[in-house]
Amino acid sequence: MASLDDLKKRIASVKSTQKITKAMKMVAAAKLRKAQESAEKGRPYSEKMNNIILNLSNGISDKENTSKLLSGTGNDKVHLCVVMTSDRGLCGGFNSNIIKKAKSYFSKISAEDKELKIITVGSKGNDQLKRVYGEKIIENISFKESKNANYFDADKVGKMVIEKFEAGEFDICTIFYNQFKNVITQIPQAQQIVPLNNEEDENNSDESYEFEPDEDEILSNLLPKNISTQIFKAMLENSASEQGSRMSAMDNATRNAGEMVDKLTIEYNRSRQAAITKELIEIISGAESL
Amino acid sequence: MSEEFKVEIVNPEKSFLSKEDVTEVVVPAFEGEMGILKDHISIISFLKPGIITIYSKSGVEKFYVEDGIVEFKNNNLSILTSSIFNLNEVEKNKLQDLLKLAEEEGSKSEANDQTKYLVDQKIEVLKSLN
Repeated sequence: MASLDDLKKRIASVKSTQKITKAMKMVAAAKLRKAQESAEKGRPYSEKMNNIILNLSNGISDKENTSKLLSGTGNDKVHLCVVMTSDRGLCGGFNSNIIKKAKSYFSKISAEDKELKIITVGSKGNDQLKRVYGEKIIENISFKESKNANYFDADKVGKMVIEKFEAGEFDICTIFYNQFKNVITQIPQAQQIVPLNNEEDENNSDESYEFEPDEDEILSNLLPKNISTQIFKAMLENSASEQGSRMSAMDNATRNAGEMVDKLTIEYNRSRQAAITKELIEIISGAESL
Repeated sequence: MSEEFKVEIVNPEKSFLSKEDVTEVVVPAFEGEMGILKDHISIISFLKPGIITIYSKSGVEKFYVEDGIVEFKNNNLSILTSSIFNLNEVEKNKLQDLLKLAEEEGSKSEANDQTKYLVDQKIEVLKSLN
């Protein structure tokens, strides 16, 4: 049985942990609002971009000769996976969910005897993946310095992906990120960005466009931009998810700490009372024996 | 009959501007300035560095853009761009910084013809603004 002093110290330490988690929860809540807002504001851009590309690719007659970014290289030997995680921990299952999703995809690829290359964005993903897939990671990017997700960073990643594609280093590129649904639910997503997956069933416009300059030039200019845009979208969703996940994790931690304090306080009071009772018995029996 | 149509400018971070009462927009399209009125044919085009001018009931607004895509369809004009500034709000210093950046870019020799053309355009436009 722990002594009274030990219990007292224990209660104090749990209480101070609770204070920290509570503060982290507040900070995450404040950041979440901002991140969520920018994720929502960023959606129209990527949606519009997608629409234009959809319209464009429908309008193109000669599918064979279009940009490789749209039609693919014709092979599916080398897979590039961009795994996007956070730079900070203490956010519940946020990072492990993405990693889990990515790992199951990796093992599927390895089972099919295809080559795998990994780019990790965010240091936490790198930490978790480098043990098993260390030699597969070709690049590790981290944006610790930038406070919020910004387009400039996304563009850097996008340009890197395109560079590698043009150098023929991979055939298919998939990005992994958490889609923000609400504070408690984030859905890990795997989205293929090269070649572009276009759902043809959504063909609602038969309207022909006028192009200036011609379709091919527009497409070849637009597709690289679209990759950066998709990555940026993923970054925004990710940062909202991260804050949401951290908020609920810290909320849980605060509640657990509260429960622990209650339990310890009861134990403390019990043993205090037991000590008093023991002393009383000793005094009384001492008095009786006189 | 009204002669107005809708304009939306979005950049990656947010929806930059949305207007319903626009009568004419002049955009710096890749192959030259292009004026768009109501019931223009559906068009997709690129922007080169230049000035977007929006004429609406509430007045004239000018924006400086560096790149982007315009899409016009069903009297909806969407402009997607990653760098846009309202000329009334932007400070002179900012434009000068941009000019300096563009000039540095232009002095690099390895750029191909197209990027060179775009950089030259940028410098020209910025010089006219400063």
